[in-house]
Amino acid sequence: MAKPPAPIEELTEQYGPHLNYVPLGGWQDESSNPADRLVKTHCCFCGQQCGIQLKVRDDKVIGFEPWEDFPFNLGKLCPKGVKRYLQSNHQDRLLDPLMRTDRGFRKGTWDEALDFTVKRIRDIQERHGKDSVAVFGGASLITEKAYLMGKFARLAVGTRHVDYNGRLCMVSAGVAYKKIFGVDRSLLPWSDIPKAQVLLIVGANVGECYPITTSYVWECRDNGGKLIITDPRMTPISRNADLYLPVRPGTDLILLMSMLHVVLRDGLEDKKFIADHTTGFEAFADSVRDYEPQTASIKTGVPAESIEKAAHWFAKADRAIALHSRGLEHHSKGVENVLSLVHLAVITGNIGREGAGVAMITGQGNGQGGREHGQKCDQLPGQRQLVDPAAREHVAKVWGISPDELPQPGYSAQEIMNAIHDGEIKALLCTCFNPVVSLPDSNFTREALNKLEYFGVIDFFLSETAQHADVVMPGSLQEEEEGVTCSGEGRVIHIQKAVDPPGNAWPDSKIICDLAHRLGKGQYFPFQSTREIFDELREASRGGVADYYGITYERIDKEMGVFWPCPSEDHPGTPRLIEGGITFHADGKCHLQVCTWRESGDPVSEEYPIYLTTGRVVSQFLSGAQTRRIGALVDIYPEPKVEIHPRLAEKHGIEDKDLVTVTTRRAEITLPAMVVRTIRPDTVFIPYHWPHDKSANKLTHRTLDPQSKIPEFKVSACRIRKAGGTA
Amino acid sequence: MFGYEFYIDPSRCIGCQSCVKACEECETHRGVSMINFDYIDRTNTIATGAYVCFHCDEPTCAMVCPADAIKKGEDGIVQSALKPRCIGCSNCVLACPFGIPKLVIEREQMMKCDMCYDRTSVGKRPMCATVCPSGALLYATPEQVARTRREKPNNVFYFGSQRITTKVFMMAPAERDFVSIDIADYMSEENDGPFTTA
Repeated sequence: MAKPPAPIEELTEQYGPHLNYVPLGGWQDESSNPADRLVKTHCCFCGQQCGIQLKVRDDKVIGFEPWEDFPFNLGKLCPKGVKRYLQSNHQDRLLDPLMRTDRGFRKGTWDEALDFTVKRIRDIQERHGKDSVAVFGGASLITEKAYLMGKFARLAVGTRHVDYNGRLCMVSAGVAYKKIFGVDRSLLPWSDIPKAQVLLIVGANVGECYPITTSYVWECRDNGGKLIITDPRMTPISRNADLYLPVRPGTDLILLMSMLHVVLRDGLEDKKFIADHTTGFEAFADSVRDYEPQTASIKTGVPAESIEKAAHWFAKADRAIALHSRGLEHHSKGVENVLSLVHLAVITGNIGREGAGVAMITGQGNGQGGREHGQKCDQLPGQRQLVDPAAREHVAKVWGISPDELPQPGYSAQEIMNAIHDGEIKALLCTCFNPVVSLPDSNFTREALNKLEYFGVIDFFLSETAQHADVVMPGSLQEEEEGVTCSGEGRVIHIQKAVDPPGNAWPDSKIICDLAHRLGKGQYFPFQSTREIFDELREASRGGVADYYGITYERIDKEMGVFWPCPSEDHPGTPRLIEGGITFHADGKCHLQVCTWRESGDPVSEEYPIYLTTGRVVSQFLSGAQTRRIGALVDIYPEPKVEIHPRLAEKHGIEDKDLVTVTTRRAEITLPAMVVRTIRPDTVFIPYHWPHDKSANKLTHRTLDPQSKIPEFKVSACRIRKAGGTA
Repeated sequence: MFGYEFYIDPSRCIGCQSCVKACEECETHRGVSMINFDYIDRTNTIATGAYVCFHCDEPTCAMVCPADAIKKGEDGIVQSALKPRCIGCSNCVLACPFGIPKLVIEREQMMKCDMCYDRTSVGKRPMCATVCPSGALLYATPEQVARTRREKPNNVFYFGSQRITTKVFMMAPAERDFVSIDIADYMSEENDGPFTTA
């Protein structure tokens, strides 16, 4: 029964989040005690993976210095990057293994924590079968660790249930790109963005979630490019939009299908590209035939003339780029949403050329690399499919096992939580994932965790999820192990180790390998360093779609990153995919798809008439497990607020800062109102970085996209009322 | 850095406050941020603005200082008030037409942007302009700016009858020579109204 072993307030008092404001030794310390070295590495917060230099003194991170030579960001950083160094030397850092007691946690030894974990996993598997244990990984892990998680789950634990928090991030885009192009990666390097004549940004709060991309967007406009934005909220980049489409939450598919309709109706498609490079055009064209702008306008709340204009601008440009992120993907039809946007680029011939294409903006630190090498429930290294016999054979050979020993695909992240709730899965080992905050319907998540017979967590802080654990194994921060990540561009970059883990904390890879040894599978985990893991990963990915074989740490340093696929050491890497319109499918064609509209899994009704949508703020990252511990970031936006349009606010007698109760079919929370004219009057917005009574994810629902298994975070039905009192 | 100038373009600002947070990491004033950051009117717009000191050629702050504590160097940089001289009277805070100086109570001193002379003197860009993700704060040569930006740099400002020229440039829409904030400048000149002679 993995209930928190003490009241949450007590655990929070002891383990935080507490706020770190000041560098080690105080603000004035560095002038007399300067850093002894600068470590060129990358920011851990978000998929932009900005280059940054960490100041290190006596094996401690004491500050940062911009890294102006790194070509992606040229020294630029958002506030998360500026203050990321404050996660080091943090008072909340877990320095010893923790064992659950009747009243909280006590310090344990590594032998105790690891032996207990192994004993419990074995006991439970003997009683309930191999698949009664699940493993959660995460997309902030360096790629070596992500690779290790998949191998560990399937070989050492022997379960088919391994998945990761990237399931909440990029998977709709991944499925859609694989269907059309046979590859899951942005098609273009960011240096293409300023070269576009039209830039269409769909459901991406670039200014707050991917701040550095703003610079590329503004450059595009400096060069005369036109900027089209679709979003239910005016986010910071909308200030310079040439055309803004305030799409109603959950209706992106209608908007995009209508734009496709206009392109075909007006004969603006690239007929030659379609003839030479696509399959399935007829069926696709039929599927958009009914989506006239007038009807679409009523459904989406976007004026018909704006839909026409956006379609015309995009189709008539010689070079157009479409960018998208979670606003398009976090839907029960997330895959169809992305397919439709990709269709727009394909049928207008905006594929595989400089300044033209389509790109997903990855959200998590290693959102791209973390989903390429086997910690997804259906995937093997190199973006290989677990059900593909050839893929199984290749990877089994690299691992020195028989393909039959590889389990078949298991459940995705939310499905694992559902199965825990159902009692089918009894034990969970979790790292780099804070599902209590990040999964939808968090009361359900807590109930599920409470039922676990064994719950082990590897983490550097006691996250809200780790509060439920039987055993907490203190792991490592990004700057404490060497490895690679892959940025949103598809650029594989080098994460340098800056310092050792403090106290008795271990590198994550050591914990996983040690557990594998104790589970009797040590021969498959002989790694003495992450470099050795990377070398095996290169072999395992060899010949796959995400082929890393030609990438080495040394090449990355010399070339400022290498874009995959890179099949040999003399291969230059591949910054732009699908050049010449040749895809990764066997026939080399773009496979156009048929999409059909359907309602949200949590539709608005008389009782719940308002749309609730969720997202991020610039100063926080994901579940906030790290950024809610950094004072300078917390100060920017200390607590969640409900964004409400004045028209809606007036209807309910709500003024700015008034406390407002937001109720959905699952729960209610009360937060201060932020009355702003920058959100649709039929929609409210709450950022999701906070736990407990401030958790937006108490309100959201567990409907999944049937293909990508992404939860529908971006649209829930709610009602609001004035709660009384002000913030 | 020789030949480099500072440019502010609020139309590019995304309100991330990276400048605010990076400023306090600077060597000469660690822990105190000198960036002036504004939500212009958050109810009605997402527009934000981040500003450094404009470093006036004839600084109003220095002119009104009763203690002669505010100095402009040969490099054109107007410094924070000299600690031994500053009496914390806030004259400068009230007088600066751009609203830049701040009285830091804990230090009993007026502090303001010094354009990171510790960094610029060793060939680095000021911290805020280095980290700014959107180019709203930019440290570049006039040639780079002319080549890459449509907006026009402006460093002449009128506040009523006060004409101020500054070291720092404000990017203005391309068609304007300068941007006035005095409504009189936008009125017809022939007649100020029926009571002008009153």
